[in-house]
Amino acid sequence: MNENLFASFATPTMMGLPIVILIIMFPSILFPSPNRLINNRLISIQQWLVQLTSKQMMAIHNNKGQTWTLMLMSLILFIGSTNLLGLLPHSFTPTTQLSMNLGMAIPLWAGTVFMGFRHKTKAALAHFLPQGTPIFLIPMLVIIETISLFIQPVALAVRLTANITAGHLLMHLIGGTTLALMSISPSTALITFIILILLTILEFAVAMIQAYVFTLLVSLYLHDNT
Amino acid sequence: MASVEMWYSSPWTKSLPMRVKTKLGLPLKEKKLMEVKLGELPSWILMRDFTPKGIAGAFQRGYYRYYNKYINVKKGSVAGISMVLAAYVLFNYCRSYKELKHERRRKYH
Repeated sequence: MNENLFASFATPTMMGLPIVILIIMFPSILFPSPNRLINNRLISIQQWLVQLTSKQMMAIHNNKGQTWTLMLMSLILFIGSTNLLGLLPHSFTPTTQLSMNLGMAIPLWAGTVFMGFRHKTKAALAHFLPQGTPIFLIPMLVIIETISLFIQPVALAVRLTANITAGHLLMHLIGGTTLALMSISPSTALITFIILILLTILEFAVAMIQAYVFTLLVSLYLHDNT
Repeated sequence: MASVEMWYSSPWTKSLPMRVKTKLGLPLKEKKLMEVKLGELPSWILMRDFTPKGIAGAFQRGYYRYYNKYINVKKGSVAGISMVLAAYVLFNYCRSYKELKHERRRKYH
């Protein structure tokens, strides 16, 4: 049972070849690029969604921050589509791997921090000390603020990994429970089945929300630093 | 009258439309799969372009064939992408069959 539960999170290899690269690149097939003024239905729906999201997300930034629009929009599309595809049966979700999420979080966070230090050095350094602190607390607070700054990328990555992995694991467990209970007591199995349906609805929401939260936090760090 | 050698001789024969050429007889290299006779099949397969560029071209042609038939139409439906997603599910099932084998309801695994 133990090995079965975590086997679905192992990096997929087929006959020794790492096909995880193909699985990571798969969502890009589902987003064709628009060629014309009026496109087919798939592209039109995606264009409408992207415009809605980008207006919502990039409105708070100034001109300098809005240069990051392409990056943040592709980020939210990638994480959202990867999480949603992971809800299909038997599929592998790359965002359950901490390595990939760290690879996304650290460069983006570092980019915002370095941009802040380069363009607005004084203001970026001033973030380490909130206004109106008593003088004898200053050293303590600077240390705490530095720690909280360095924990941001780790928190971004671990938040995404833990949420998606926990959701998948819970669905495996409850699904296994329902199956095992079917022969013993069908009514309890029905209750667990309803729980499974509710959990699946939650997972759909979580998939999209996690993408949104990741991108929102990166944009927040950007806002602080532009 | 219509032999393979004729097609290499005259520019006029090369400029005929495809439907005429298939009736009269094409060289093996230019035939599509459905027009190849069964006896010619091994030599036809061996003549295909297996360089990386050829394989990439094959994937590109396959992608655009599917895309233009099901998605890039005026009234595309949900069937276009759901076929892709179903194929994805099938691919992942085949990939993880080895672990799934142990979860069948059998007395002896």
